[in-house]
Amino acid sequence: MNRRFILPVTALAVGGLVLAGCSGGSDDESSSGASGGAMAEGCDAYADYGMHDGETVQVYSTIQEQEADDLVTSFAQFEECTGITVDYVGTQEFETQINVRVEAGDPPNLAIIPQPGLLQRLVEAGAVMPAPEAVEANVDEFWSESWKAYGTFDDTFYAAPLMASVKGWVWYSPTDFADNGYEVPATWDEMMALTDEMAARSADNPQYRPWCIGFESGDATGWPGTDWIEDIVLRQSGAEVYDQWVAGEVKFSSDEIKEAFDTFGEIALNADYVNGGFGGPESIISTSFNDGGLPILDGNCSMHHQASFYEAQWPEGTTVAEDGDVWAFLTPPMAEGDPAGVTGGGEFVAAFDSDPATVALQTFMSSDTWANERVSLGGVISANTGLDPANASSPIGQAAIEILQDPETVFKFDASDLMPAAVGAASFWTGITDWVNGTRDTDDVTSFIDSTWP
Amino acid sequence: MSTPTPPRTELDADLGGIEAAEEPKAKRVKKRLTSRGATAAAIVIAILWTIPTFGLAISSFRPEREVKTTGWWTIFENWGWTLDNYNTILFESGASSASLGSYFVNSFVITIPTTIFVLALALMAAYAFAWIPFRGASWLFVMVFALQIVPLQMALIPLLRIFNYDWIDISGTFAAVWVAHTIFGLPLAIFLLHNFISEIPRDVMEAAKVDGSSHTQTFTRIVLPLSVPAIASLAIFQFLWVWNDLLVALVFSGGTVKTAPLTQRLAEFAGDRGSDWQLLTAAAFVSIIVPLIVFFSLQRYFVRGLLAGSTKG
Amino acid sequence: MMSTLTVPAMQLAGRNDNFWADAGSKLGGAAVAIVIFLAVVGLLMFFADRAPKKGRDFIQLTLFVAPALVLLATGLIWPAVQTIWQSVTDRDGTWVGFDNFQVVFTDPTMLTVLRNTVIWVLIVPVASTAIGLAYAVFIDRSKGEKVLKSLVFMPMAISMVGASIIWGFMYTYRAEGFDQIGFLNQVLVWLGGTPHQFLNVPPWNTFFLILVFVWIQTGFAMVVLSAAIKGVPAELHEAASLDGASGWQRFWSVTVPWIRGALVVVLTTITIATLKVFDIVRTMTGGQFETSVIANEMYSRAFRLGQPAIGAALAVVLFVMVIPIIVYNVRTLRQHREVR
Repeated sequence: MNRRFILPVTALAVGGLVLAGCSGGSDDESSSGASGGAMAEGCDAYADYGMHDGETVQVYSTIQEQEADDLVTSFAQFEECTGITVDYVGTQEFETQINVRVEAGDPPNLAIIPQPGLLQRLVEAGAVMPAPEAVEANVDEFWSESWKAYGTFDDTFYAAPLMASVKGWVWYSPTDFADNGYEVPATWDEMMALTDEMAARSADNPQYRPWCIGFESGDATGWPGTDWIEDIVLRQSGAEVYDQWVAGEVKFSSDEIKEAFDTFGEIALNADYVNGGFGGPESIISTSFNDGGLPILDGNCSMHHQASFYEAQWPEGTTVAEDGDVWAFLTPPMAEGDPAGVTGGGEFVAAFDSDPATVALQTFMSSDTWANERVSLGGVISANTGLDPANASSPIGQAAIEILQDPETVFKFDASDLMPAAVGAASFWTGITDWVNGTRDTDDVTSFIDSTWP
Repeated sequence: MSTPTPPRTELDADLGGIEAAEEPKAKRVKKRLTSRGATAAAIVIAILWTIPTFGLAISSFRPEREVKTTGWWTIFENWGWTLDNYNTILFESGASSASLGSYFVNSFVITIPTTIFVLALALMAAYAFAWIPFRGASWLFVMVFALQIVPLQMALIPLLRIFNYDWIDISGTFAAVWVAHTIFGLPLAIFLLHNFISEIPRDVMEAAKVDGSSHTQTFTRIVLPLSVPAIASLAIFQFLWVWNDLLVALVFSGGTVKTAPLTQRLAEFAGDRGSDWQLLTAAAFVSIIVPLIVFFSLQRYFVRGLLAGSTKG
Repeated sequence: MMSTLTVPAMQLAGRNDNFWADAGSKLGGAAVAIVIFLAVVGLLMFFADRAPKKGRDFIQLTLFVAPALVLLATGLIWPAVQTIWQSVTDRDGTWVGFDNFQVVFTDPTMLTVLRNTVIWVLIVPVASTAIGLAYAVFIDRSKGEKVLKSLVFMPMAISMVGASIIWGFMYTYRAEGFDQIGFLNQVLVWLGGTPHQFLNVPPWNTFFLILVFVWIQTGFAMVVLSAAIKGVPAELHEAASLDGASGWQRFWSVTVPWIRGALVVVLTTITIATLKVFDIVRTMTGGQFETSVIANEMYSRAFRLGQPAIGAALAVVLFVMVIPIIVYNVRTLRQHREVR
């Protein structure tokens, strides 16, 4: 399909307005070609990136399928206007293969890295280029300090954030809530009371449980569970403990973290509360995270805890809206009036060389032009403050963007993504699956995870 | 060895005539060997071995709703067939992926040259180890054999580093995948072909030498023709191994749409649509078609195939 | 190398439009590569044949073994040496002795990995070979042999990724009371049992992964052994039955000794493949739920978790585990050479 020419006109219009911010000095030398006759229509917004005819930039990432299509589409106009060919490779082996390729001296030009922990390893290996001035200028303008900090190591800024997601949403069916007279809970206790109230329904429908949870995700099985723990730690013990926990100063076996496990256990280990539509608690580990929330649609469960990107998992034809088929509320604070903390994730763009074409694409990806273009294609959001929430394809996306852009929000990056890989991408995952599986209790699992901390 | 040794002449006949086994006498003996129980056991094994693939085949033709809610064995109660899954798998392409056809092409472009390279180099080496006496021959052969255990995962970085030297610079091309696959295929290929070639009767080889044949002549005129069955069977295996590989292609071709093989696309499906069984089953079924065709078309060589020579203890 | 290898950069828009041109240029590139390769080999042979009598044998020997050895030295020996070196040093190349091995042999997770690998190696080669041999004997020269052979061989033709999909589907779990869509759980339900999470409950999940590998390798064993069985001279069977031997006795006294060589080859090949097993574990459980094996653990330690030295140590453990097999094969080879 010839997608190049079906880019939404609106995106272009937005793109045309906003380039002021990224006319940093560093890409001056590459912009000389802009005056060449090869410029296509609608390229005014891209003039600053220069002409790089025949250049290819390889972008390496975890992103696949629909999201990858959208990502590639978001580059189409850029490719047209700059003459750069973006060679996109998305693979689920990314997290291993990026290490192989860096180690072998065969890195891609750009990599989209989903975990700051991994980014840090690559930076320490000396492979990642410090961000060019134009990129840093964009980030200074469009991102908060804390986002910039995730891409900064030893006071050098390396990687600009790309997309983001807000975690800790609890998905529910507004119809289900209305029919049964449930209220969206304002505190954790209210949520537990609601859960208890809901549990009675399993008398009529033996498959029904208040919650449905799915942990299965290939070799990353268990990550949805880590999201739960992180949300609870942030709400129960506050941002400071959260940061110390990430840094390894608060151990897993400390009371705060154990308490979070036990709080989660009140839901996840209770056969009366889980796992609607799939069975009992033991079915959590074999239910894929993609399917985890779907029983809401069949009326087999009422609540599902998952990030904003779960929107993409609902079958075609499902309306995601406050008055639609499904909607979500943020996991409530422990007590009313607690600071509004949210956890979330994001991706970072690391460059492995400083060719003009690479720099041009890297700069483009950190611009608000790109953010608006990509977000308007649907499915994702960004914490880029130059992003117009109206461009988000869905109400949940808009809500998430507003939360991200709200200066009052205490945003905390997904703890497991920040921890060393041996914990955050290994023992925390396996630990929590064992724990849900019943093969380890809270004491056992937390000391096990501590033992793997490098 | 207490093992009975067949008369030389018969082994010659074996190596030459592929269908020579179908003698009436053999059939008579055989009849008495096969009992009803054995036949029944064979059929049970065959069924057990086929059920998974059979279920896959059925599921790949069922509509999404049915696949996700009912088992394929209830197909008669939940009747419904569709080609949609194949339609999606074969013809759908997005901005970041091509249609399955180009992955097919890539798989062929990777597999065919590799198979030929491995066979040619392994045949030559196996011949040398078996029939050219030189100091350290056994020692070298054992080393080659032992190399089978080197996990190719550990070879990825060093080899990729070499491919990135300025004067080579082939990483990200098919050439890199060919070379890598050839290297990883050699130890087993040399080992298996050596077993076969070393069993060629000494008289035959000696007769050639008396006629004044050089090694290259002996190799091309005697060893190659006699090894056709072994070459054919090894070709099948080599083809299958390379066709079904995921990791080597991913690392050395860079994984772009231009070079990615079918398995990579399949893995993407499995990774990203882990619960879309209707698509996964169709994709898996598509990916086994070529290997099956290869197997069926070369199957007759298995009658006197690989290792037919190495029957002595 | 060759300019044909560099496929012209495809424009995003036209990925499907120029499918045939693109396919043609790729396949053409492959054909050119094959032709060049064969031409070079042929020419070298031609000249080696015409080399001066003195030293001709040496030139020819070099021609025959050098290409393979050079490739192996670069692609396998050099990496193996590096791996061994890496296993006893840290990142900066300082000697750390056997620290990494100490981790491998004391860490509880690692001990599970080692235990699993041992279980795999004990079961897969024997089970695949036994079933493959039995099947080969049962169907030998029976009606429909080709079809029966193909059915069991078929899994060989399926990639590990494909096999994981097939068996993932077989093992799919739905809780009790739900319609099962995984066949094995349906069988359990039919037999009056409750559905089981085959891949998630240790220690049995390892055995269900092993089953998948046996399913694949049996085809290899069967095909090779079947070819060997056909080499057993009919006279030997005749003589044995004249002596009054039963089918079972003839199998042990005639067939098995005759195909011993093939059996050793099959067992060796499958054992090595099993030691290196990786894809099945990685795609089906990712090594979770206590199912990890050495190759999988090595891969994730070295490349995912940033512990290349531990990964290297695991690889060295693999090298060591294969030594008994090498020794056995060397002995067989020696005896064989003496016989000849």
